[in-house]
Amino acid sequence: MKNWFSQVFSVTRFGVLSIPQRRGSVAAAVIGIAGVVAVLAGVLSIAAGFRRVMTQSASPDSTIVLRSGADSEMVSGFSRENIRVVADSPGVAAGSNGPLASAELFVIINLPKRSTGTDANVPLRGVEQAAFTVRDNVRIVEGRMFEWGKNEIIVGTGAAKEFAGLNVGSTLKVGKIQWPVVGRFEANGGMAESEIWTDATVLQSAYERGDTFQSVYARLNSPESFFMFSNSLAGDPRVSVKVMRQSDYYSEQSSMMTKLITSLGVLIASLMAVGAVFGALNTMYSAVAARTREIATLRALGFGSGSVVISILLESLALALIGGFLGAAIAYIAFNNFHTTTMNFQSFSQVTFAFRVTPALLIQGIIWAVMIGLIGGLFPALRAARLPIATALREL
Amino acid sequence: MKFLPLIWSNLKRRKLRSALTLLSIVVAFILFGVLCAIKHALAGGVSYAKANRLIVRDKVSIINLLPETYKERMKRIPGVAAASHQTWFGGHYQDQKNFFMQTPVVPEEFLEMNPEVTMPEDQKKAWFTTRTGAIVGKSLADKYHWKIGSKIPIQSPIWAKQDGDHTWEFDLVGIYESSLKGADQALLFRYDYFEEARQVAKGKVGWYTIRVQDAQRAAEIAKQIDREFENSSSETKTEPEGAFAQGWASQVGNIALITASIMGAVFFTILLVTGNTMSQSVRERAGELGVLKALGFTNNQVVTFVLAESLLMACLGAGLGLLLAWALTARGDPTGGMLPLFSMPARDLLIGAAIAVALGIVTGIFPAMNAMRLRVADALRRI
Repeated sequence: MKNWFSQVFSVTRFGVLSIPQRRGSVAAAVIGIAGVVAVLAGVLSIAAGFRRVMTQSASPDSTIVLRSGADSEMVSGFSRENIRVVADSPGVAAGSNGPLASAELFVIINLPKRSTGTDANVPLRGVEQAAFTVRDNVRIVEGRMFEWGKNEIIVGTGAAKEFAGLNVGSTLKVGKIQWPVVGRFEANGGMAESEIWTDATVLQSAYERGDTFQSVYARLNSPESFFMFSNSLAGDPRVSVKVMRQSDYYSEQSSMMTKLITSLGVLIASLMAVGAVFGALNTMYSAVAARTREIATLRALGFGSGSVVISILLESLALALIGGFLGAAIAYIAFNNFHTTTMNFQSFSQVTFAFRVTPALLIQGIIWAVMIGLIGGLFPALRAARLPIATALREL
Repeated sequence: MKFLPLIWSNLKRRKLRSALTLLSIVVAFILFGVLCAIKHALAGGVSYAKANRLIVRDKVSIINLLPETYKERMKRIPGVAAASHQTWFGGHYQDQKNFFMQTPVVPEEFLEMNPEVTMPEDQKKAWFTTRTGAIVGKSLADKYHWKIGSKIPIQSPIWAKQDGDHTWEFDLVGIYESSLKGADQALLFRYDYFEEARQVAKGKVGWYTIRVQDAQRAAEIAKQIDREFENSSSETKTEPEGAFAQGWASQVGNIALITASIMGAVFFTILLVTGNTMSQSVRERAGELGVLKALGFTNNQVVTFVLAESLLMACLGAGLGLLLAWALTARGDPTGGMLPLFSMPARDLLIGAAIAVALGIVTGIFPAMNAMRLRVADALRRI
């Protein structure tokens, strides 16, 4: 056994030492594999970043209530009476000023993107006081909170970064109404950071919405209270609503986009991987061809064909791993934390997010690289092992 | 041409290597085709835009509606040839997954504004006379197996009828086709029926399409329209159809940039792999090239040999790849409704062909130069 290992070791060493002589083809294979890993991790990081933003904000005990049949806040609607029914339902946590339920309005306004100057649909949300206890991660990081009852707005960090005219201290003109930007807030990287917030009653009058709302965000006593809450609302003849956990709601909202990006990303990466397999096969076949005589000599000296196969596989794997790590590094440097915006197709509003090259994605990329290396090395290795010794030696 | 068999046998001498190189080129061009289709799907509206059409929407927000009375006022502006309006209905058929565009239109105005939409005359007539009549694009009708006479229930979360019901039933009276690929996937129904039946927002529409008499004056007329409604309760924003589609696409994200960078990565990789193989095979054949030169072949002929070989490889691979990509994308949207415009534009085939030629030249040029510089005596010594 020891002998076998030393055979593998010496044949591998021999292969690795000859790499400088085959610089070109080795580099081609390594870069090909790096390309696959970079593209795979890069494209999937878009989906990962988008999903994170959409699901980040939700704690398991928070829910959202929409009118039944509505698939987003945009098309939902409630009267003040409906809101009371929802807020007084069993299961809603009690705060110091009544139930922890915030009735909200959601509209979109036109603002130019900083990067391109083209119009974007930016979400403008009207909230009630409870909003800040329902979502406990919202905090002002610049300026101050808006005053209730005044035409003042606070902007999410993501929105302030991506859209023009949202600096604290400036004034936003929407239609005929002036909205001073008095503060900027963070929401732990969540969805709310893409939005602009103001007092719901102020927004009602600005948009001539009467005393209506579009959604209720409520915090429950515990995650388990959800069933009590939703059953009680389902059985209430006064309202016809759809109750969802906030996390479910947002993951449903993000599903279309993440599915689209993921399927396209995997499609592109698989095609590239096929190309990279051909590249690796080419490299290893020529590596074997260039060493035909040497391998035959070793075999004639008594080296086993198994050790030849293993050593060629090892060499191919080593190249694949180098390519894989290179690609992972490129993906991380080029894509991680790249800020951009896209559209949430369910509400046509903009979501700002950052690409996230997660460790899971990097590992996935390396696994792909290893597979490419294995396939690319296996066939050439088998050929080397099957080489008839006498014929090969005659090439001397 | 008479050297073609020689080039061919050169490619055949290492069948496996040639095949692998060819296959990587094929894969690269499949990828190229698929990426083009994706890009077209996401930003295709831009290429369908006509220079003589303008889109008028609410200045503050795309969700705010405009008064229907604006139509007559816009038509009075000099240079405006026609105006028609649409309204986002946002409904779905049976299940939320079955989503497609639906909009109320005034049938005569819509057909006049969109000459690319074609339909048999009797179906047009039926639409003009049936209040609850709707027409759908051919792809959509095929997808859901709708026939003329079908009743189509659509649930709209936005619009309720007078009785509070959110389900609208339409009678299918026509199936239209569009000369623009992928643009036949909407359901269009009559505005007068919509206006009468809806509960709220009466007299309001989503956005207008304007046709101007002279495309040269489009920008000027757009300004005039916006001025017409300045300081009213619904100010407008008017822009060319192309700019509107571009703006919509840029809301989805920097697709162009991302696609271009992936494409760049792919081609760089392929270039490297092929270039490497080519130069390797020429190096191995130095001796033979020496013999050719010794036999009296000129430098130019030898360069042509080597270049022709790489060009042949690139064009063969690209041709196959583009063909496969075309076959792959011809089946249409792979996501089931998210990318209705998923198809490969013919223009991209030409770009692909140009890239193939460039690939052939770039990968062949260095080995060809080496072959040219080869001294006969040195080369023969290697045999």
